[in-house]
Amino acid sequence: MRRTLLAILFFVALVAIWAALVHTQIWSPVLLPSPRAVSEYLVNASRDGTLFSASGVTLRRLIVGYFIGLAIGLPLGLFTASLKFAEDTIGVLALGLQTLPSVCWVPLALLWFGQTEGAMLFVVIMGTIWSVVIATDTGVRTISPIYARAARTMGSGSFHRWTRVILPASLPHLISGMKQGWAFAWRSLMAAEIYVTILTGFGLGHLLHYGRELNAMDQVIGIMLVIVLIGLLADKILFSPWERFLHRRWGTGRT
Amino acid sequence: MSLQEELRGPPPAKLVVDQVSKWFRQKRQTVHALDDVSLEVAEGEFIVMVGPSGCGKSTLLDIIAGLEKPDKGRVLADNQPVLRPGRHRLVMFQESALFPWLNVFGNVMFGLKLKPGLRNRERREVAKFFLHLVGLEKFQESNVHELSGGMKQRVALARALAPNPRVLLMDEPFAALDAMTREQLYGDIQQIWQKRRKTIIFVTHNVREAACLADRVVIMTPTPGRIREIFEVNLPRPRDFNSIEIARHASKLTAALKGYLTPEPVVSVE
Repeated sequence: MRRTLLAILFFVALVAIWAALVHTQIWSPVLLPSPRAVSEYLVNASRDGTLFSASGVTLRRLIVGYFIGLAIGLPLGLFTASLKFAEDTIGVLALGLQTLPSVCWVPLALLWFGQTEGAMLFVVIMGTIWSVVIATDTGVRTISPIYARAARTMGSGSFHRWTRVILPASLPHLISGMKQGWAFAWRSLMAAEIYVTILTGFGLGHLLHYGRELNAMDQVIGIMLVIVLIGLLADKILFSPWERFLHRRWGTGRT
Repeated sequence: MSLQEELRGPPPAKLVVDQVSKWFRQKRQTVHALDDVSLEVAEGEFIVMVGPSGCGKSTLLDIIAGLEKPDKGRVLADNQPVLRPGRHRLVMFQESALFPWLNVFGNVMFGLKLKPGLRNRERREVAKFFLHLVGLEKFQESNVHELSGGMKQRVALARALAPNPRVLLMDEPFAALDAMTREQLYGDIQQIWQKRRKTIIFVTHNVREAACLADRVVIMTPTPGRIREIFEVNLPRPRDFNSIEIARHASKLTAALKGYLTPEPVVSVE
């Protein structure tokens, strides 16, 4: 309760400082709109539906791309952790590509897929896969071999061992990898949406882009707030339950 | 199948280690871990292997478990060659090796779930029975990290006993525990062994522990790992870890070990 109050106080203070800065009129309202202007934009955009449809489009791309990336990255990571050959090939590739900023995939995606939904998905998937591969790989490698040995003596076969011992044992790494993958997916999608206009749907990135084109700073800041909010919510909804489970069972990490 | 039938289980197994040799090839050198080791273990016997680190006692245990393959020789369990790990020979490790992603009950259930021919309700009953046996029935919902070192080893013991193996292999299971907890567990393990006849092979570097638990103590020496001598301990059970007789046996074992470990080994001390 006390913690919640303090947090609320913090954010109220932040908005108050913002309002005070606007009030000093050091910057033109075109560059620094008031909190009221931003909230008015958000209310209007919610009323006429643009905000929701744009969020919907963006989230659909993000979730579809992310889960495809996860579905590819997880097995690849298991593969690189268990096979020397895969480690020397896919492992090196993953390490290299993970350092590539995901926005760098956009030109390639555009040329390959054109102005389509496919280009968007491709960028998100490429942003997700490699960090998931690396996290899975590290997770599996850092498991104490004693778990697998104990399981073997109890009669656990290789498939059983993978699904019931190695995967759950590497859960702490998997979760942090999935979290990192999510962050990368989110970043790459925003980059792609700002960069590319796609006729199959306007996402939050597009709204941000048009805000800039129209010099509508209230829109720019409003959309940025929405993006932050979605990121926060995703973290709470997707990852918090897992992290709570890890904390309870392993007795590590934060609540 | 009733709980009683399930608990009665198969009789303890007879083990034969037949001229086993093992080398570990490392980058710089090859370590001769075991050299022509032979040992016969009777059904339901409690064998303790003692020796300094590097004498190959843990390697021998791994080979009996089927976790490692011998380079020469073979291990027979009831006249069947041991080729792979199997649930009739369960291992208890030095670190508890409990699975942190499962709670206490889940850990005890892990091996039971791999045992065919049981219904889930029966598995749960068996798990509860063994948690009760090690005195932890109140902790079945606890997480592994919430337990003390001694409690963890008790859960590990319950997990190893629950599928009713015929052989229990224990690799320095109490080495990481404090003295008080350890002494309590000596009592527990003797009681459990008497109640639920198992063939036990127990590895330690603690001679007193060996004297307290063993029917026969196998003395091993390193480079290469060999069996040097086998002592019988003919004392009534349950034995008190702090009794004079145990101390006397222990000092005999120590003397023998020291004899083998001097740079120019004397032949025998006894």
